[in-house]
Amino acid sequence: MDIFLQQVLNGLVLGSVYALVALGYTMVYGILGLINFAHGEVVMIGAMVALTVMNALLGAAVGLPPSLVLALATATAIAVCMALAFSIERVAYRPLRRAPRLAPLITAIGMSILLQNLAMMIWGRQYRTFPSVIPVTPHSIGGASITDVQIVIIVVSAAIMAGLLLLVQYTRLGRAMRATAENPTVAGLMGVNINRIISATFVIGAALAAVAGVLVAANYSIAHYSMGFMLGLKAFTAAVLGGIGNLAGAMLGGLLLGLIESIGAGYISDVSGGFFGSHYQDVFAFLVLVLVLVFRPTGIMGERVAERA
Amino acid sequence: MTTVAVDKLLEVRHVEKRFGGLTALSDVSLSIHRGEIYGLIGPNGAGKTTLFNVLTGIYRPDRGALAFAGRNLIGLKPFRIVEAGLARTFQNIRLFGNMTALENVMVGRHVRTRAGVIGAVFRGPRTCEEEDAIHKRARELLDYVGIARHANSLSKNLSYGDQRRLEIARALATEPQLLALDEPAAGMNATETANLRKLLTRIRDDGVTILLIEHDVKLVMGLCDRVAVLDYGKRIAEGPPQEVQKNPAVIQAYLGGALP
Amino acid sequence: MIAPFAARFKHWKRDRRALWVGYAMIAVALAVLPFLVDNTLGRTWVRVIDFALIYAMLALGLNIVVGFAGLLDLGYIAFYAVGAYTWALLASPQFGLHLPFWLILPIGFVAAGFFGVLLGAPTLRLRGDYLAIVTLGFGEIVRIFLNNLDHPVNITNGPIGINLIDPVMIGGVSLTKTHEILGIEFSGTHIYYYLLLLLVMATIFVCVRLEDSRLGRAWIAIREDETAAQAMGINTRNVKLLAFAMGASFGGIAGGLFSSFQGFVSPESFILLESIMVLCMVVLGGMGHVAGVVLGTFLLAVLPEVLRHGASPVQQQLFGKVILDPESLRMMLFGLALILVMLLRPSGLWPSPIRRREFADAKADS
Repeated sequence: MDIFLQQVLNGLVLGSVYALVALGYTMVYGILGLINFAHGEVVMIGAMVALTVMNALLGAAVGLPPSLVLALATATAIAVCMALAFSIERVAYRPLRRAPRLAPLITAIGMSILLQNLAMMIWGRQYRTFPSVIPVTPHSIGGASITDVQIVIIVVSAAIMAGLLLLVQYTRLGRAMRATAENPTVAGLMGVNINRIISATFVIGAALAAVAGVLVAANYSIAHYSMGFMLGLKAFTAAVLGGIGNLAGAMLGGLLLGLIESIGAGYISDVSGGFFGSHYQDVFAFLVLVLVLVFRPTGIMGERVAERA
Repeated sequence: MTTVAVDKLLEVRHVEKRFGGLTALSDVSLSIHRGEIYGLIGPNGAGKTTLFNVLTGIYRPDRGALAFAGRNLIGLKPFRIVEAGLARTFQNIRLFGNMTALENVMVGRHVRTRAGVIGAVFRGPRTCEEEDAIHKRARELLDYVGIARHANSLSKNLSYGDQRRLEIARALATEPQLLALDEPAAGMNATETANLRKLLTRIRDDGVTILLIEHDVKLVMGLCDRVAVLDYGKRIAEGPPQEVQKNPAVIQAYLGGALP
Repeated sequence: MIAPFAARFKHWKRDRRALWVGYAMIAVALAVLPFLVDNTLGRTWVRVIDFALIYAMLALGLNIVVGFAGLLDLGYIAFYAVGAYTWALLASPQFGLHLPFWLILPIGFVAAGFFGVLLGAPTLRLRGDYLAIVTLGFGEIVRIFLNNLDHPVNITNGPIGINLIDPVMIGGVSLTKTHEILGIEFSGTHIYYYLLLLLVMATIFVCVRLEDSRLGRAWIAIREDETAAQAMGINTRNVKLLAFAMGASFGGIAGGLFSSFQGFVSPESFILLESIMVLCMVVLGGMGHVAGVVLGTFLLAVLPEVLRHGASPVQQQLFGKVILDPESLRMMLFGLALILVMLLRPSGLWPSPIRRREFADAKADS
């Protein structure tokens, strides 16, 4: 029982991060129909920038309280990532909006490779220790343990996602975003500045990615130039699982994928009589994805696109 | 007066189709005779396109039967229905945009030809013969619908009227017994409509039965041998145009509904 | 300037004899290429060309799936892996099997094709990017299995990989050894060059023939509009599966040769980045256009090597020392090149005439 609870907790933590990153994918996809392959790298850049700022502040011995250091570092990471995503869209995607569908996918891949190697040059190849400013001492809940960092991850992610939903549902910007996702041409005719909305979408997604990067790095106390790639891939998988283009779907998909992975990893060995070890964790996640899509080709919360004649 | 035994090519019996709570077709029956142009009309949302999609295998009806040349159509995949001899065009033209007009028609020959991977790679005499025949037939059909001069243009660069003609040629390439046209005159000007009327008459005279779904009542009345009227998913009339025109239910549906 | 040249070219086309002279010149150029490269740049570069040829086979196979049928496959490398491991298991000390190449090659072809159908079947209802992510997932699944099938029963030797794989043997003669024929010395790298070249030419031949056939038209029709293709009587399910199978089979053959050429395989050669690399070759060159795909492959296979060898000396020259890590500089420039080429030529470097027109139209519409 406590093992199960432990896996659920771990899954929620992992899933919250997936969800935050998945939102960035799903928002961009909803509006442009583009898999923003570079999004995972934005997460990594967020973690790396935060790491640099924290090391600088802590090293300068100004004596700031740790929580303030973390807040400042996160704020800087958010700002840098927003600027980065804004530039990526302007440089690599906007000129290709009317190009054949795969062209922006290739520039996205190129951007991902570029950013990863740029990060390797700046921050080095080795794993960097992320300063642990939030204590990692575990608390015990019903036989399972959870650290402060993990609590922060769940709470912060939940708050941010709630905020995003409110923004999209109730603000002028959110309405314009929904209209653009529905039909860019008509939205344009109605006076929506499409380019600004697309930029805003990228920038908001990047802010979430920066937070996710800081949270992940804080959780594992580690940051690495390649940390964004697999995380991004999983998050995109989560977005597809939930039904891409759908915000609630991305959140649900993220949490679900996190839970599947951690519960699956915990039990796969027992279920298969020891034949499959926890190495098969990723197989499990992808297998669930395949099964869901086979039965619901547009994801869990995706619209059923009726085959129209 | 002698009674001519009519040859029923397509029989629709008591077809019903629901989408959730909405009944798009209820108890629709009609029969299309071999060699005629059969019109299906009705106000917007009457269920014409739904019926069309039921016939061509995109929707499966909830109830009822479809018999085509004595064969059941229900449950067949769209490509099997084409194989059985029922070809269609689309209301919102769906050509293969980046293929030439000729290639579009050649695709239509797919269902009547056989070459596979081996044939494609080794190009034996039989494959060559088949390819030549496909080519020849496709050219003939382009000529038949009057757009032979555009054979090598990309289909998306053709004019609207020519695209409609190309769709007809592509459908004819499948050697249909019944050609089902979904609003072929939509968006056409008067000259284009007149030319279309000539083309359809000619296709009928050459032995292909036509099912025409149309909004343009004038075209249908002037062209069709028999007409059925749908309203709110029900068939409210069937018969020769002159008769249907006088039917009070039809007048009610059109004038009462369209001009409040 | 161009007009008379074009006219002469047209004239050439009509003149069969001139055409054959042209072919003969290309053949001679291809035949002496490895010796030329070996003597000027060194043996390493012949090896680079050999790998480029293997990639060409892969890219041409993927082009059938993505370029012709329009099915975005991000896990294509899985079929390469199936081919490579088929060869590795049937011709190495791993199980003590040493089957001859003329038996393994067809087995790899069929095994990869079978996997193509197996993995393609569940994805048939999916469209566009959903297909992409599921194929990506399949690619990863295959790699993870290769990585972990060393216990409880050791099949793949896990992350360590399989070593001492047999080379192609003809009449008891190993093709990776150096042989002297007619007084000319052919190293294994040279001999593989000719073998691979032959297979690439066969692949090109098959692709060109397929494109201009009943099946090729059906694939392109599905790419253009699947619903309309079905309404024209195309059995879209079977035709799509056939595209998966054909593409996968070419990948399987390429994998087998990779295995035998290297003498060693491990799961590391079949990571997602490799799938992406092959996709980049297809798109960068000109999706759907066989000649463009070959061009794209050679650029992307050779460019990173040029950067690898050039990065340090150029820095030495400019700054007097190596200040940037050559490996990451190389990948960075590679990423930059992908972005620039796509920005400047969104339909690829050498698109088929039809696709080029497509983009011109899209621009005109805006």
